[in-house]
Amino acid sequence: MTKFVKSNEAVVMGALYAGCDLYFGYPITPASEIAHGAAKWFPMLGRTFVQAECETASVNMMFGAAGAGKLCMTATSGPGFSLMQEGISYLAGAELPAVIVDINRAGPGLGNVYPEQSDYTPAVKGGGHGNYQTFTLAPASAQEMCDLTIKAFQMAAKWRTPAVVFADGLQGQMMENVTLPDAELPRPDFSDWAAQGEAKTRQNLVKSIFLDAAAQEVFNEHLQRKYEDMAADAMAETYLAADAELIIVAFGIASRVARTTAETLRRKGLKVGVFRPITLNPFPRERLAAAAKGRKVMTIELDAGQFADDVRLNLAKSGLGAEAASVMMIHRMGGQVVTVDDVVKAGKMILGK
Amino acid sequence: MKTIEQKGMYPKFPRSGKDTRVTHYCAGCGHGIVNKLVAECCAEMGLQDNTIFVDPVGCGVFTYYYWDAAHISAAHGRASAAATGVSRARPDAVTIAYQGDGDLGAIGFNNAFQAASRGEKFGCIFINNSLYGMTGGQMAPTTLEGETTTTTPFGRDPALTGHPLHVCEVFSQLQAPVYIARVSVADTKRILQCKQAIKRLFEIQRDHKGYALLEILAPCPTNFRMDPLKAAEFCKNEMEAEFPLGVFKDAEKGVGGSRSCATEGGADAQERVPPASASLVVKPVPQVASCAELFGVSDGVDAPPAEDDPAVPERRFKFAGYGGQGILSLGICVAEAARLEKRHTLWFPSYGPEQRGGSASCSVVVSGMPIGSPTVEHPDVLVCMNQPSYERFVGDVKKGGVVIVDATVPLTKQPPEGVKLYQVPAIQMAEDFGVPKAANTMMLAALRAFKATGLGDESLETALCASFKKKPQLVEKNRDLLRRAEDALLNN
Repeated sequence: MTKFVKSNEAVVMGALYAGCDLYFGYPITPASEIAHGAAKWFPMLGRTFVQAECETASVNMMFGAAGAGKLCMTATSGPGFSLMQEGISYLAGAELPAVIVDINRAGPGLGNVYPEQSDYTPAVKGGGHGNYQTFTLAPASAQEMCDLTIKAFQMAAKWRTPAVVFADGLQGQMMENVTLPDAELPRPDFSDWAAQGEAKTRQNLVKSIFLDAAAQEVFNEHLQRKYEDMAADAMAETYLAADAELIIVAFGIASRVARTTAETLRRKGLKVGVFRPITLNPFPRERLAAAAKGRKVMTIELDAGQFADDVRLNLAKSGLGAEAASVMMIHRMGGQVVTVDDVVKAGKMILGK
Repeated sequence: MKTIEQKGMYPKFPRSGKDTRVTHYCAGCGHGIVNKLVAECCAEMGLQDNTIFVDPVGCGVFTYYYWDAAHISAAHGRASAAATGVSRARPDAVTIAYQGDGDLGAIGFNNAFQAASRGEKFGCIFINNSLYGMTGGQMAPTTLEGETTTTTPFGRDPALTGHPLHVCEVFSQLQAPVYIARVSVADTKRILQCKQAIKRLFEIQRDHKGYALLEILAPCPTNFRMDPLKAAEFCKNEMEAEFPLGVFKDAEKGVGGSRSCATEGGADAQERVPPASASLVVKPVPQVASCAELFGVSDGVDAPPAEDDPAVPERRFKFAGYGGQGILSLGICVAEAARLEKRHTLWFPSYGPEQRGGSASCSVVVSGMPIGSPTVEHPDVLVCMNQPSYERFVGDVKKGGVVIVDATVPLTKQPPEGVKLYQVPAIQMAEDFGVPKAANTMMLAALRAFKATGLGDESLETALCASFKKKPQLVEKNRDLLRRAEDALLNN
């Protein structure tokens, strides 16, 4: 079945196919369509929708539902995402699978409802307290809003971690074709650790507390090993990159601007390609290094440079110090989207044409 | 030494890191007594397999050392939110949240209150010892007037910090809860009453009747700076004077409640006042068996997936006008027509505060190949139905592009060179046809008449008809309007 749907609705469809049983949410523009879809469709499938009193409640309801062994989710935007950080830290600390969708709006503060990617650091690096990370995916189309939401549930369950679907206000509102999966995923079995109210789970304890410093350190080391292992599930794609002299690195909506830019510059005879991380954490470092080695590198982003810094860090950690040092950035903020015209101009300049 | 078995508790407490049966509670602490009673009730009622305890942050944080049942250790203040998640996820289980007065009364008050208001199906045991215990005896919302704590070193001054918070009294104003009571563990008689109340709380959860709150007045000798006996006396005398014991509400037994509850009320409960409007009724949720059944029917056009065709050039559209002129649906109509032709298609609206009055616009991109940038910086086709959007967008139109503007819009600006401009009396024509709302259909007719979309006439018409899928009586009318408008435009 192929449908023409708003990306925000595609998220709900993906979640339902993934076997998500509970949705907890608080309204916020530009993510509200996700709650609207969930409010209608979850109950129709006999699943649960709860409108929480605030985002703090949403995330802690998820803590309870995930702790009780069910797949659950919420969706929000910047200010709500900030409020959830404590709870996401608890989810990570208790190793609970749950999916948080952040439809990034412009900030800081109240800002406005237009697209930014400025929640990059909290969405990718773990925005709350303690040494934790999330599995973070960055869709770039309505199809991926569905597919990567499904992937987020799979990764959350596989790695026992909160997963973040990180998109932006423009993407959330976009309508495109979405081909839905053929089948719903089976529910994972969490009875070896979840508190399910059954005899077999009576001895299970869901907690993030380690009163003993040594035990807390051992747990932290376990988490860090897990995050290293997650690298096996990193995802990325390249476009026109094989012979490119300039690689544009961008994720989410910015990667689509990059794509059009590369096509435009190729038509002018300039060798420009695109590298797009699909997972932002784990970051596809090796693939980035392979695509960027010996090339000129430019990022496109809707923030102040948080992503460019991460690209530099990943290049440097790959031993590509020179490439890291020379990373350039084209960016807009405040809800403005980088235009193809601007990137084309910058690309020409970089390539000296 | 022979250990005496304590019903409902682990024989030893290895989770505490010690191989003993000593709790972490101070001598004379109310928590210790309540922990014993909760364990007994849970075991005596045979509910240990089914119970999920949601533990707080505070002195009650370690109940998972003691109670032999499943536990989830929540964040500070969030036990009621977490218990909401647990009870929704496991409606067959018995969910019990355990919270203190800082946890429930301060940081988590709204979570607890809203859970009660929603009538969540869990029981909340709320320990009121008039202060924060774990963090060092600070003032809580329940601290008595004049009571000395580490943050009210001169006694709580109501002029500065208000009066003690009466949780039971506040919560019993709500309609949904089925049981709200306050008990104490300050002496033997009260402890026995407390156990009966805890049992009642478990019964209500076992039978899945609804939300229940049990406030328990508990002494905290350490932070009262008293010996256990004096602390118990303080609890009985000073605290009970402020917080009277009693059942505030027991819906099944007809006790309390100014408005009736989910379960049948008794003599005191009033009949539920029916809603003023007959239209305000809860509708049954239509049930479907699977996602495939739910999403298998298209709201609009039934179109196949897009197919790549490098020969089809990309075309970018901008539609703009006032909200209410059908701008967004005009854009969707063109997008749906493109989908029918297996084109890659993207639609994107202006959104946010803009959509609530003033101008509205949307962008459509149609391409033979996957679409990159979704934003339409330089439209190939611009359709404008009001002056502000004409002035805003006309300068951006690509060379070789087309502008279709309503005839009411004064041409205060000229389009760039090489752009074709059509003035169409769409608003007037719709009024002449007697369907003022159909100005957007007039614009669709213009797009079709002037071959501005690169899409087939048939596709545009099918898409228009599909947009009225939910109002089938309007399909033929709009098809007719489209054709008549097109004829009129081509003949003038």
